[in-house]
Amino acid sequence: MRAALGWILRGGLLGSLAFAIFGPLANLILWAVAIQWYFPHKLPLTWGFKYWGEVFKPTSDTVAALGTSVLIASITVVVCLLLAVPAGYALGRAQVPGRRLILLLLLPQAFPNLAVYFNVARLFYTVGVNGTIAGVVLVHAAHGLVIAVWIAAAAFAAIDPELELAARNIGASAPRTALTVTLPLAMPGVTASAIFVFLESLDEFTGTYFVGVPDVTTLPLVMFTASLAGNYQIAAITALVLLVPSVGFMLLIERFLKADMLARIG
Amino acid sequence: MVAPALAMVLALFVYPLGMSLVSAFTAKDGAPSLDNFAKAFELYGNDMVFTLVIVTVSTALIGVLAAVIGGYLVLGAHPAAVSILKGLYRWPLFIPFIVAAQCMRTFLAKNGLMNNTLATLRLVDVGSLSGLLDWRGIIVTFVWKETPFVALLVSGAMASLDRATIEAAANLGAGGLRILVGIILPQVAGVMLVGLTLAFVTMLSVLSVPIMISGGSPTMITVDMAFRVNSYGDYGVANALAFVSYAMAGLAAWIYLQRNAATGIGL
Repeated sequence: MRAALGWILRGGLLGSLAFAIFGPLANLILWAVAIQWYFPHKLPLTWGFKYWGEVFKPTSDTVAALGTSVLIASITVVVCLLLAVPAGYALGRAQVPGRRLILLLLLPQAFPNLAVYFNVARLFYTVGVNGTIAGVVLVHAAHGLVIAVWIAAAAFAAIDPELELAARNIGASAPRTALTVTLPLAMPGVTASAIFVFLESLDEFTGTYFVGVPDVTTLPLVMFTASLAGNYQIAAITALVLLVPSVGFMLLIERFLKADMLARIG
Repeated sequence: MVAPALAMVLALFVYPLGMSLVSAFTAKDGAPSLDNFAKAFELYGNDMVFTLVIVTVSTALIGVLAAVIGGYLVLGAHPAAVSILKGLYRWPLFIPFIVAAQCMRTFLAKNGLMNNTLATLRLVDVGSLSGLLDWRGIIVTFVWKETPFVALLVSGAMASLDRATIEAAANLGAGGLRILVGIILPQVAGVMLVGLTLAFVTMLSVLSVPIMISGGSPTMITVDMAFRVNSYGDYGVANALAFVSYAMAGLAAWIYLQRNAATGIGL
């Protein structure tokens, strides 16, 4: 009897949690396949993929924005990795003077960045990069860089130095050791930071809102505009496009990030 | 090898931050003054309180939920329930705020899925229903989005604790809640504080959620900043508001550092 009550309690709590987590997502999916839906009807009146055709027709704003978003995210990843891998290696392995101060400087995640974005926009305006792809990439890269350096530093720090010493002992040069021993061992961490930076850039709203508008339109901006205009179907479909990679990464994260690495970030 | 990365952060983060501080304390004619602050407090004083309350309440709720989730993952006696919880709680982890806001904008509306489901289950009276699209909706969205991150950090730290003390307490007859509060939480307090500080500061600078969940007044100061910049080009008042948000973040960081200095855990 007590056991049965326990399972009813557990089931009730887990069920409520599932409703709290999936309810909002379910509502989004309902809007994505609704054609007509208005008060006081509890479910859409007509269903279908009519709006999907509109959103994904080659000339639509969303398709153009998707292209822009992917382009910006890809360049951002390249820029970030070029900067983050050496920095992460140095911070994770070598003795860098002022390491603590540098790590503290690389903590803008712990800072209200909205004000930074509109001041960057003001700065960019004077040098003429406001409203350009390059400007948006710079903003996204500065944001993603911090996380990329932290993940890369943790990945490099987790490598056993004996492996590198062994390579040096049998005659490998320092650059060769770095390229053929250290880097491959750090690869899961570097890959994780690349995916993370890509996603952050794809999803970034505030920076693009100040620096990109009105000339650079990314997916989050299309979604935001559609939502505020009350085009919930278009907003929902665009949101789903953004949702798929985010959920995918969440499901895959354990492959890339070991728990002890997460502990090091703290 | 750190120099290029540092240069980028200095140019696109530290320098604009300096601009922001200077602009906050400069009047339109270029002279140093506190005019921007006077105007900011006069026009947006309520919003500052509103912002602080929303972010603080959200952070507290996130802390409690993360502790409960982490605690159950470590102490839960039923493997099936533990693995269901493990598969459930993380879903919103990487969902962007703007998508979370769009989900909640429909879910929490008067005629949204939440009210409709509760009404169908006859848990609430249809006539008395109202939406949650105000300050409550902002808190719900923040908690929904940020809890998984803190819970992930905290449960990771909990999992790497020494099991011996936990089992000793259990052998002496301590219940789950008592073990969680008395033994586990004090040991993961450092990680919890890191997570909560990051969540606090992140929520402080989200623009999309307050705009999309609750359009009206009072609103969060992020919305006011965007409004000053976009409608008036008034960087002075916007940066004064920004300074207030730095102060709030500074408060959170100060609490974090106090605790950090006391225990030596963390960074």
